[in-house]
Formats: sequence, structure tokens, C-alpha cells
Amino acid sequence: MNRLPWWLRDSIFLTLGVAALIGLSYLLESLPISGMAYYNRIIVMMGINITLAVSLNIINGHAGQFSLGHAGFMAVGAYFASFLTVFYFSPIVDKLPAGSQQWLAQNAFVLVAVLLGGALAALAGYIVGLPSLRLRGDYLAIVTLGFGEIIRVLILNIDKVGAARGFSGIPKWANFFWVYFFVVFTVLISMRLVKSSVGRAFLAVREDQIAAEAMGVDTTKYKVKAFIIGSFLAGVAGGLFAHYMMYLNPTMFMFIKSFEVVAMVVLGGLGSISGSIIAAVILTFLPEGLRMVKDYIPGGKDPRMIIYSIMLIGLMLTRPQGLLGRRELWQVLGRRKDVVPDDPRDEAEDKLDRNAAPPVT
Amino acid sequence: MANELLNARNVTIRFGGLTAVADFNLAIQPHELIGLIGPNGAGKTTVFNMLTGVYKPTDGTIEVSGVPTGKLKPFDITALGVARTFQNIRLFKDLTVLDNVKIGGHIHYKYSVTSAVLHTNRFQEAERVAEDDAMRLLSIFGLQSRAQFLAKNLPYGDQRRLEIARALAARPKLLLLDEPAAGLNDRETHDLMNTIHDIRDRFNIAILLIEHHMELVMGICERIIVLNFGKTISQGAPGYVRNDPVVIEAYLGEPADDATMI
Repeated sequence: MNRLPWWLRDSIFLTLGVAALIGLSYLLESLPISGMAYYNRIIVMMGINITLAVSLNIINGHAGQFSLGHAGFMAVGAYFASFLTVFYFSPIVDKLPAGSQQWLAQNAFVLVAVLLGGALAALAGYIVGLPSLRLRGDYLAIVTLGFGEIIRVLILNIDKVGAARGFSGIPKWANFFWVYFFVVFTVLISMRLVKSSVGRAFLAVREDQIAAEAMGVDTTKYKVKAFIIGSFLAGVAGGLFAHYMMYLNPTMFMFIKSFEVVAMVVLGGLGSISGSIIAAVILTFLPEGLRMVKDYIPGGKDPRMIIYSIMLIGLMLTRPQGLLGRRELWQVLGRRKDVVPDDPRDEAEDKLDRNAAPPVT
Repeated sequence: MANELLNARNVTIRFGGLTAVADFNLAIQPHELIGLIGPNGAGKTTVFNMLTGVYKPTDGTIEVSGVPTGKLKPFDITALGVARTFQNIRLFKDLTVLDNVKIGGHIHYKYSVTSAVLHTNRFQEAERVAEDDAMRLLSIFGLQSRAQFLAKNLPYGDQRRLEIARALAARPKLLLLDEPAAGLNDRETHDLMNTIHDIRDRFNIAILLIEHHMELVMGICERIIVLNFGKTISQGAPGYVRNDPVVIEAYLGEPADDATMI
């Protein structure tokens, strides 16, 4: 694959990926299972949560900056994308003759709206990042938490986007295809970044800021970069969420939403991309899967949130480092020696190493 | 004068009422190997922290290759060609040995986020160079077989050597080593001595090192500076410094009165 020029290789991947996703989305809709619409909805929510968790993992897991403001960035993206669609794009689409022309226009516009939503969220990430990244640890967490609330209260007071009534009338332009298109996009960005000089700089900042600076890493710049990338992707997830739910309300973006995403990242293992994905899938499915428990309990009480919380506590007690720790799924399964060497030093190898050292002068 | 790598003039730093370092002067020529010694608390590490921009001197100027560093951040000074190690090892513990060295060369393998995401030619070329550079450095320090280990899982001596390898990855013109032999046994110290001498010639760099291990300092340094309570009390060739009464007094104390009478 390395023989191909990078743009050709990526174009081929893009075409194949899009084709596969379209096929999969038709398959999901045509499956003869009763209540498929309900399962479809869970699968789409999973995709949005994966995007959120993986993007937060760039900030929290890779760059090590504890952010509790992810719902805020998501809200910026959701509201801006919806604003564009409702007031600018939707009227254009409505004027077009129904059929393939309309279909094409709406898919093009949802892409533009979602990306612009992400761009504004990235700008918000930059603005929050600059002053607050001089803070560390708990202090940063509190500032970002405050930021998320500020965003929510701001939206609550903008009448143009519905204020406390909520923002309705958003056309349902997002679907399985777009959500999972951006899931792949996000995971790919995250995986490629972490294996690049940018990602290594993020990790260096997380590991030891003083050493990172001594190695020539501009720590503030890379923290801001992590925030911009993470909040862009959160904004994209927000835009998709809006165009799937067709309705937005500021209460959807309370700090509890940020905590939910943090729980996914921590549960999966801070810094593990595959861990974030697995945890996002589990934590989206769990509250839904637990709905059936109600049927076995007399009196019609619904204990699912209690079970959900107990399971979270249990998991954190037994595996405080998260499901996968800092490793990726393939590293855990493959037991690669870079993870924990069972036998750190064997004598024969030792002698070999000494010989490789320069001759003593 | 123009080709001095580093020039510190009358550098003074005060923390509140405490003058940690007073009127420190140092000019380093290319290829020099200089030792900085002194009793505990003499201000040696503080000097390092000022030279690398971690602390800003209260008074005096520091120039690296003719550029004043007063307003520069530590990472800017690294880009000017000064790399360092730390007294208490500061490796990126949860990263692999290889990644540690690659981060050391960070300033030389830069490309944009877009390049990284798209895996452009620029990215591939930079990563290939990074990998080659890092593996070559690791093999010099005999660590190539441990490239994929996590840094925290290395034995102590290897961690010390990895820190030097990481600093060298920045391709410095001046390398600052803060107690490189701390915690090493005699054999390891001896090996390290040879390695330090060797890398000076191999990479054609100047080295300034802090060390308590006198055999090491006297054995390889061409010039030694002695600090005590923040003041430079002596400097010169090892033979001179070793016999300087001021230095002996700083380390062993004044001769007792009755001893002088005898």
C-alpha cells in the first residue's frame, strides 16, 4: 500500500468506506426484525457517543488535560449547525424540485452544516483553551465545567434558537450513514494523530510538562491544539445529534452530559482509543438493555438507573485504570512485549547490548 | 568571542531574600567538557535551570549562540541547541523507549496536523527520519533491543542512559547533564564516563555536567567550576581545582585551630 501516493490511497479508502457504509445502512433498514427503528436509533446514538468519547479522549487521555466541558462544545456545534440548516439551508432545499436533486442538496448541506458547527466549536475550544490552559488538573476541570454551563446559559437566552422552549423544526438530515461516516473520520484522525509528532507531543505533555518543554515541545500550543481538535469533533457530534433528534433543548447539554462522556473515556481507559469506543458502546446500550429488568420486578418500579450506577461503581472498583488501561485492544489481545515485559533482562541479551555500545576510550 | 556557544554574564537569582546564585559567569566554547561541582545546595541545579530557561535570572544576561535568552521559553532555548537531562530522572514513563527518543527530536520532525492525519509524503519522510535517528541513538547506548519497552520498566542505569539519548535526539550543540552518575554503581559510572567522553567527540558537542562523583569529574572534564553558597569560589583545570585550598575548605571545612598549631 505504501507504493501508492497518499492521496490516491486515501481516496480509495474513502470510496470503499462510503460504499460499505451505504450498504450497511440499507441492510440495517431492511432487516426484518420488529422494532428495527428502535434498534437503529440506539445504534445511531452509539455512533454519536463514540465520536464524543474518542474526541474527549484526545483531550483527556492523550494530552492529559482534564476537561469537563465537552457538552458545551457539543452544544455549540449542535446549535450552530441547526441554526444554519433551519434559517439558510432548509429554505433552499425546499425550493428545489422534490426527488434526487433535493436529496443531493440535503446531504451536501448536512455535511456543510455539521462541519461549520464543528468549526465554531473549535473556535470555542481555542477561546477557552488560551487562558485556561495555564491551569492544571482540578483547576482546569472546574474552569471547563464552568465554561460548559456558560454556553448553556447563553443558549438559554438566545431567543432566535428557541431559548428555554428548545429549538425545533430541524429537518432529519442525519442518518446512520452520516453518523458512522464521522465515527470513522474521528477514529482515524485520533489514531493517526497519536502515531505522529503531534500525538507524541500530546503524550509528552501528559507525561511530564517540564521534560516536554526541555525537549522543545511548546506545551501551551499543543494543549490548545488538543482542545481545538477535540472540540471540533465534539461540535460535529453535536451537529449530527441535532439533525437526528430534530429538536434541541439546553437541558440536553447540562454538565451531566459532560460527565457521561468522561465516564466513557475513563471506563474505557484514559488514552485508549479502542477503550473509549468499547465503553461508549457499553454505556449507550446498558441503560436501554436494562429496560427489560422492569418486567421482572413487581410493582412496576424501574431500577435500571440504580443497576447502571452500581455496575459503573463496580467496574471502577475492580478496574480503576479502565477496561483497557492505556493500551489498545489489539495490544491487550496480542500481549505484545512492549506492554509489560515479563522478563525485563536476560543475561545473553545483556552481553549483546554491551557489545553494541561504543568502544570505551 | 562570536563562536561562544553559551555566555552567562553576572547571572544572579534571588528567591525572596535568598540569593541562590550570585554573579555567575561562564563562557562555553564548542567542544568543551566542563564540570560544575560544589557541596549540596550550592546552586548547581539552579544554574542549569537558568541556562535552560526554567528560571529567569534576577540579574545578568545569558546568551546562547549570541541570542539573549532573557525572554525565551525553555522550548525556544532547546531549539537554539541546548538540551539537558534531569537530576531526578524525568522520562516519559508510560511511553516506549523509542517514543521517548522521538519526542527528544521533536523540533526536527515537525509537520502540520493535516499532514499527520492524511499521512502525506512530508509526514512519511519525517517519520522515517525520526525512526532512523532514534534507533541509531538507541544503539549507541545499547538500548535498541528495548525500543518497545515502556520507559518505566527499564532498569535504573538504562533509564539514565535513555535520558541522555533523548537529550541528544534534539541534536544539541551544548548538552547539560545533571548528575548523570547519581545512583550508578562503580562499573556503570566508569562506563558512563567513557560514554560521555565518546559522545562529545562523536556528536561534536560541548558538555556541561554537574556531578558529585569526583573521579568522574576529574577524569574527563577539561575545566571545572566550583560553586559554594551560590558563589563561584574556584575554577580551572582539574589539577588546579583539586588542590585549591578554598575548594578543600568548602568540602571538608576549615582546618581546626589546634591542627594548625601542630
